Amino acid sequence: MAENILYLTELVGLKVRDRRGRTIGRIRDAALVPLIDPARVDRFLVGGGWAWLTIRHEHVETISLDGLRLREEILTPYHEDEYTLRVVRDLLDQQIIDAQGRKVVRVTDITFEIRPAGGHDELYILEVDIGLRSVFRRLLQGVLPPRWIRRLQAPIPPNSIPWQFCNIVEPDPQRRLRLNITNELLEKMHPADLADIVEALGPEEREAIIASIDSEVAAEALSEVEPEIQTSILEALEPEKAAEIVEEMAPDEAADLLGELEEEKTEQIFEEMETEPKAEVRELLEFAEDTAGGLMDTRFVALHESATVADAFAALRGNEELLETLNTLFLIDGEERLVGAVPLGRLFVASASTPLKELAAPTTISVPVSERQPQIVELFDKYNLLTLPVVDEEGKLEGVITADDIISVLRER
Amino acid sequence: MAVLKRLRYRIGVFFAVLGPGFITAVVDNDAGGIFTYSQAGARWGYLPLWTLLPITVLLIVTQEMCSRMGAVTGKGLSDLIREEFGLRTTFFVMAALVGANLTNVMANFAGVASSLELFEVSRYISVPLAAAGVFMLIVKGTYARIEKIFLVACALYVAYIISGFMVRPDWGEALFNSVRPVLLIDPEYITMLIGMVGTSVAPWMQFYLQAAVVEKGITAREYAESRIEVIVGCIVMTIIAFFIVVACAGAIWSESPRNINDATDAALALRPFGRYAFLLFCAGLLNASLFAACILPLSTAYTVCEGLGFPSGVNHRYRDARFFYNLIGFLVIVGAGVILIPGFPLVKMILLSQVLNGMLLPLVLIFMVLLVNKKELLKEWVNPGWYNVVAWVAVVVMIGLTLALLGITLRELRAG
Repeated sequence: MAENILYLTELVGLKVRDRRGRTIGRIRDAALVPLIDPARVDRFLVGGGWAWLTIRHEHVETISLDGLRLREEILTPYHEDEYTLRVVRDLLDQQIIDAQGRKVVRVTDITFEIRPAGGHDELYILEVDIGLRSVFRRLLQGVLPPRWIRRLQAPIPPNSIPWQFCNIVEPDPQRRLRLNITNELLEKMHPADLADIVEALGPEEREAIIASIDSEVAAEALSEVEPEIQTSILEALEPEKAAEIVEEMAPDEAADLLGELEEEKTEQIFEEMETEPKAEVRELLEFAEDTAGGLMDTRFVALHESATVADAFAALRGNEELLETLNTLFLIDGEERLVGAVPLGRLFVASASTPLKELAAPTTISVPVSERQPQIVELFDKYNLLTLPVVDEEGKLEGVITADDIISVLRER
Repeated sequence: MAVLKRLRYRIGVFFAVLGPGFITAVVDNDAGGIFTYSQAGARWGYLPLWTLLPITVLLIVTQEMCSRMGAVTGKGLSDLIREEFGLRTTFFVMAALVGANLTNVMANFAGVASSLELFEVSRYISVPLAAAGVFMLIVKGTYARIEKIFLVACALYVAYIISGFMVRPDWGEALFNSVRPVLLIDPEYITMLIGMVGTSVAPWMQFYLQAAVVEKGITAREYAESRIEVIVGCIVMTIIAFFIVVACAGAIWSESPRNINDATDAALALRPFGRYAFLLFCAGLLNASLFAACILPLSTAYTVCEGLGFPSGVNHRYRDARFFYNLIGFLVIVGAGVILIPGFPLVKMILLSQVLNGMLLPLVLIFMVLLVNKKELLKEWVNPGWYNVVAWVAVVVMIGLTLALLGITLRELRAG
C-alpha cells in the first residue's frame, strides 16, 4: 500500500500535534476551496475542547497515518464559509454524478494523496470510493487500527471514481457559483446518458441540472426522459427557461410535452417563446396525441418537383441542424402538395444535374393528419419505412413521422 | 363543466398513482398476518375487532409519512437514513432488515406449501415451482408490468370477503364489537392484541412504500392523490382483516373457541360451510403468500442496495447490478429451500423474525419522524405541529406494543 495515500476514514480522527509534539485535537472535517484549487484540501477542521478550530494548509508540516504535525501554530476559530466544500458534511454519504461511468453514485469514502510541496505536505483528493472495499473501511473505522484495515481490505477489489470525473450535485445556484461547480462534464455526455442520470436524482436536483445546463443539451436530454418526469421538471422551471428549452426541442416532442402540462403553465411558456417555433408547436398541439398529426415532426426538407440534385444539396446546406437524422427529401408541387419522396442516399450516386423526380421512389406512401396510431405502425412494418410523410385534406405536406417516433409508440404499449 | 373536467383530471391522476400505497397495505396481510387474524377470530371470536380501527389509524399515519417523503425528496428511506445518519447506522438497519425479511420470506413459502398441500400437492413440487416463478417474475419483469400483476393480486383478496359472507357470521355482533373496546386482563388476550398490531406495521413496508413511490415518479404535485391512495389502501387492508377475523369467529369460535396451528387449520374449519368457502380461503392464502414472497425479496434488495450505494433495479443487467440480483437469489433460494428441509424449526424462525422486526421497527419509526421533520429535506411538506403529536403518539404506542411483543416472544423462544 502506497504510503502517500490517506483515506478520509483515516483522516477523520487523526491527531493534530503542535511543534513540540503536544496533541491539540483531532481532525473532524477537511474543506476545499474549489475556486482556488479544485482538489487541494485548503483547511483542516479540528475539534479540540469546546469549539472547532481551522488550520490552513500552509501551516501543516507533515501528514501521515500517525498524525498531522503543524509547522506554524496558527489556529483560528471555525466559522461557516460559503466558499468552502466540506468533505465530511457535503460529500460523504451524498450522491454525486460519475461523469465517466455515467451514473449517480453515493460517496462511501474518499482517497487523498499526500504530496510534498516546498518542504511541507499537502493533501489532494484523488478519488471518490464507492464499492464494497470502502464500505468495509467505513464499518471498521475506529474499530481496528488503520494499518490493519488496509491489510485486511486488500483482497476486496477497489471501486473508485477519479476526482476530475466527479460532478457534485448542488441545487442552490448561488452556492454552485461559489463552489465553482460547472456542468461541463454533463454537457459533454450523450443526451440519453444524461437523461438516465436526471431520472436517478431527486426532483430538486434534476430541476437544478436541467435549469443550469445549456438549453440545447437540456432539450436533448429532456426528450429522452420519462414523460412523467419531463412534465414535473418543466412545471418546476421558470417559464423563461422552460421556453428556451422547448424552443430547442423538436416541435412534435415539444407539443407532446406541453400537452401534458396544466393549461396555465403551457400559456406561460408560450408567452416566453419566440413567434416561429410557437406557431408550429401550437399547431401541433391541436392534433390528438394518438394521430398522425400528434406524432409528426414539422421540420423536413421539401423541394419543388422540378429541382435537381444540385438544388437538393443547396437545400441541405441551409438545413444543417436537421442533417443528423434526415434520410428522405420530399418533392412538392406549386401548391405544396406532396408528389414524391427521394431517399437521401440516391443523391450521392446521381450527377448534379439529374432532376430529383427521376430519383424518387416509384410509389409515395403518405397518411392524412387524422390517421390513427395502430394503422401508422402497421404501415411502417409492412413497407419497412424509415419516414412517412403526413398530408392534410388537400394533400399538402404537413410533417413527417420517423421510425424513432414509432419505436417510442411501441415501447409505451 | 370546468368542475367536471377538473374532477375527471383528479380521478385520472388517482388511477395513475394507484399502486405503491395500495399494494403495500394489502401485502401486509401476508401468510403471517392471515394466521394472526385467523387465530384471533378462532380463539376470541368478535372481541378483537375493535383493534382494527386504531390499527388503521396507525398504519395510515406511518404510511402517509413515508409516501410523502418519497414524493417530495425523490429518495428512498434507506437513502435518507444513509444521508442523515451515516453508513454504519444504515448498515446495521439493513442487516437486521435482511434477517427479518428472510424469515418473512420463509413464512410465506411455508404458506404456499401448506395451502397447496390441502389440495394434495406435495411441497416438493409446489415450493420449487413457486420459487422459480417468483424469481422469473422479478428478474424478467419491468417495474410497470410487475406492478400491474401485483394490482391483480390485490384484487384476489376479495376471496376473503366472499368466504366471510359464506360462513354467515353474526353481523350484529361483529359490527357492535368493531366499535366497542374490550380489554381483558388475560395474558393470552393481550398477546393476541399486540400480535395484531405488530403484524400490521412492519419495517419493510416503510422502505418498500417509499421506494415504490420514488420508482413510480410520483412528485409533490401529485401527492394529494397519492395520499388518498395510501389511505384507501390502509382501509382496504383493514376490511380484509375484518373479514378474516369474522370468518374464523363464525366458523370456529361460535362452535367452540380454540387455538389453531396455522392458517390452513382455519381453512379446514370452513369446510362445513361449503366447498367454496374452503376453496376461497385457501386460494386467498396462496395468493397472499405468493404475493409477499415476490415483494419481500425485491423490496429488500432495493432497500439494501440503495442504502449501501450499490446499483439496483430490475432494469439493470446482471453484470451491472450483481449484488442486487445475488441478494434476491439468496432470499428466494434460502427462503424456499428451508421449507423443504424435514424437521426445520420453522416456527422458531418465524418467532425470531418477529423479534428482529420488533427491534427494528422502533428504530425505523424514530428515523422516519426525525426525517419527516427536516426542513431542508421536506421544505413546506414537513409535519404540521398537530400531526407531529399524532406521529409521536403513534410511534410511542407502536414501540410500546412491539417491545411487549418482543418480551413475550423471547419468553416463548426460551420456553420452546
